[in-house]
Amino acid sequence: MSIGLEHYLVLSAILFCIGLYGAVVKRNTVVVLMCIEIMLNAVNITLVAFSRYLVPESVVLEGQIFVIFVMVVAAAEAAVGLALIVSVYRNRRTVDASEIDLMKG
Amino acid sequence: MSLTVAFWILAVMSVGTALAVIFARDIFHAALFLIVCFFAVAGIYVTLNADFLAAIQVLVYIGAVSVLLIFGIMLTREAKRGSPAGKLRIPALIVAFVLLGVMIGSILSFDWQPAAGMDEMVRTQDIAGLIFSENGYVLTFEIAGLMLLAAIIGAIVLVRKE
Repeated sequence: MSIGLEHYLVLSAILFCIGLYGAVVKRNTVVVLMCIEIMLNAVNITLVAFSRYLVPESVVLEGQIFVIFVMVVAAAEAAVGLALIVSVYRNRRTVDASEIDLMKG
Repeated sequence: MSLTVAFWILAVMSVGTALAVIFARDIFHAALFLIVCFFAVAGIYVTLNADFLAAIQVLVYIGAVSVLLIFGIMLTREAKRGSPAGKLRIPALIVAFVLLGVMIGSILSFDWQPAAGMDEMVRTQDIAGLIFSENGYVLTFEIAGLMLLAAIIGAIVLVRKE
């Protein structure tokens, strides 16, 4: 049985759901950031798979261009997110997401 | 045939290491598993004929983002180690499984019509040509550069002492 588009899409769905579960459940904010990176990777796999299997001709590469920009945004997001975590840790001595509740009503 | 074997190895590796990131007791171990997961995803890009993306996956994710995450772990070492699960454990599990079922069901029930082309390797030259050509993505490229600059400045301002 050869590998087709469905295999990549199912793999991507599994990775996305693992990342989603971790991002919701984990209390350490650094681990939440890691799970968000897993989710972004899953979406990137989908984009590359569509660009590989569904384009009408070989020169259409928009899916891969999109992945490059997603990676740029993911890198920026990781940098700013970690800066926020370090800043919160410096002020409150914790990175536990359930204890960072300053804006909770 | 070899592509099939490579895909299955990489798929099992990426899902296994992603699960290990979730269930690892020590967050430093979770970060190391995450690096292996990024490597497996880079390998999956290679099986999709996307060499350039595999290279920048290794450079950006493994070279930069992982190091940044490990820095973050080191700077926020708590007395209480590990990353316990929160209160939302059971609902999150249900939501994740329902979403997974819906996605897999819709993927498998749709009749995909794969195109025949794209068997040759994508060259870096083609991607560069598409970004920088007339009617290309030059504006998006420049906005991405500007956004990176803003992110760098924002990160510095956030972690500055005073």
